[in-house]
Amino acid sequence: MSALAERTRSLRRYATSLLLAAVVYEGLARSGAFAPALLPPLATVGRALIDGVLDGTLPAHALATLYRVLMGLALAIAIALPLGILMGRYRPIEGFFLPLASALMPIPSLAWVPLFILWFGLGNATAIGIVCYAAIFPMLINAWSGVRAVNPLWLRVANAMGAGERTLFWKVIVPGSLPFLLAGLRQAFLRAWIAVVGAEMLAASDWGLGWVIFDAKEFLKADVMLAALTVIGLIGFAFERLVFGALERLTVERWGMLRTGKG
Amino acid sequence: MQGVGSATASAPTARRLSVVRWHAFAATALPFVVVGAIWEIVAHLEIFPARLFPSLETIASAFVRLTVSGLLPQHAVDTVLRLVSGFALAAAVGVSIGIAMGRWRLAEDLSLPLVSMGAPIPGIAYAPLFLLWFGLGNVSTILLVGFVSAFPIIFNTWTGVKAVKEVWVRAALAMGADDRRLFHKVILPGALPHILTGLRLGLAQAWRILIGVEMLAAVPWGLGWMIFGAREFLNTDVMLAGIVVIGAIGLALEKLVFKRLEDFTVVRWGMMT
Repeated sequence: MSALAERTRSLRRYATSLLLAAVVYEGLARSGAFAPALLPPLATVGRALIDGVLDGTLPAHALATLYRVLMGLALAIAIALPLGILMGRYRPIEGFFLPLASALMPIPSLAWVPLFILWFGLGNATAIGIVCYAAIFPMLINAWSGVRAVNPLWLRVANAMGAGERTLFWKVIVPGSLPFLLAGLRQAFLRAWIAVVGAEMLAASDWGLGWVIFDAKEFLKADVMLAALTVIGLIGFAFERLVFGALERLTVERWGMLRTGKG
Repeated sequence: MQGVGSATASAPTARRLSVVRWHAFAATALPFVVVGAIWEIVAHLEIFPARLFPSLETIASAFVRLTVSGLLPQHAVDTVLRLVSGFALAAAVGVSIGIAMGRWRLAEDLSLPLVSMGAPIPGIAYAPLFLLWFGLGNVSTILLVGFVSAFPIIFNTWTGVKAVKEVWVRAALAMGADDRRLFHKVILPGALPHILTGLRLGLAQAWRILIGVEMLAAVPWGLGWMIFGAREFLNTDVMLAGIVVIGAIGLALEKLVFKRLEDFTVVRWGMMT
């Protein structure tokens, strides 16, 4: 079988699978075995999604969530990136911060929610703090191991060619550790995305996709919940594929630093 | 020559080794002592209200009080039981689906779109839906933990089965292995490093989600509920004691359980260093 035929067959099965799942779901929803408020038909979910988008509430909630994620992520990068690079370059700094990071890492970010609520109150500050905590460790560990993984030969070559500490940093260490930094950013975003939804549910503010889902539970609106879940999935998917994919293509892939079959 | 040298040098080496070990211990302890001291100073200066920023003695005494009264162990046991049941469910279902996807093209084509659509949605976002469907309490919690941690297990098992060297499979077939033997003797051991990675990632994910779900699901016992309930009474000392226990359990899962499992299987077989 040719590669093209195989690909069309896979595509056809892909579509079949989604269609099959939709039909099974629709059948269950319409069978009346479950309350329609708990298991709404797809058309109802679609309508809730379209209504929410048209009257502007879902985009507003999505913007509130994105604001929290991006602020928390920016804060985490601002702390973890310099610290991780310093840890990779200087032994005493590594010796001091690595044990602390290993002790804090196994604590799930959501465990801090009740404490942060008491410290910072309900709302944006708590959510941003939780996102920052969730995102900081993947970024830190990747920056640290990325700097350590820079080929020592490159450092010696650059030194031999008379590069100063500054040039060495910008021309060798940063590009050399970039695949790790990007991988760290990717993981940090995934963790942050989980943390923001949880924090929004627990530290109930009035806006945010997590809050929409949690609030819909009180009114038994499963259609609104599923619509919000769809938006959460789409945004996560878009970031993963479009933003990080493009970042990688523009930098490390173009420089030929990534093997084609990335694990 | 080598043997004689090492025999005579063994006594001083042992002493030097203990000195080295002591230094390593001191180096690891130092950052905690420094951070603890800063925490203590800030707490005692009462820059923040003592109820919100308790000193380390208060946290330690809350820990001792809760442990002696049996509350903390009870919460911890309930949390761990939920984790274990949810994770066992995820491991059984996830590994089976992953192997099926790796072995049969049809299973792969049919389940891959569903799995890759479900995976990027944060697990905690499903929590209210599960609570609506299965009610408040243990059933929702365990099902959600299982559901969420199944994704990394499926993905890694699938990759692992596909990564088994074609040559091994053909060699086994040429030597007359039937389907059963092929599976037990070649495919399962060959895919095991990936499967273990998947289980490890799945467990970490399960642990992160479980704490959040316990706060939402209003189960009467569990560490997540304990620290969330403490908020009502401004018991920050109870919260911080709970967070310490949560961190310790997380660390133990990673270091004791999986390290052992790996040492016993793939490392011993020389598949991983």
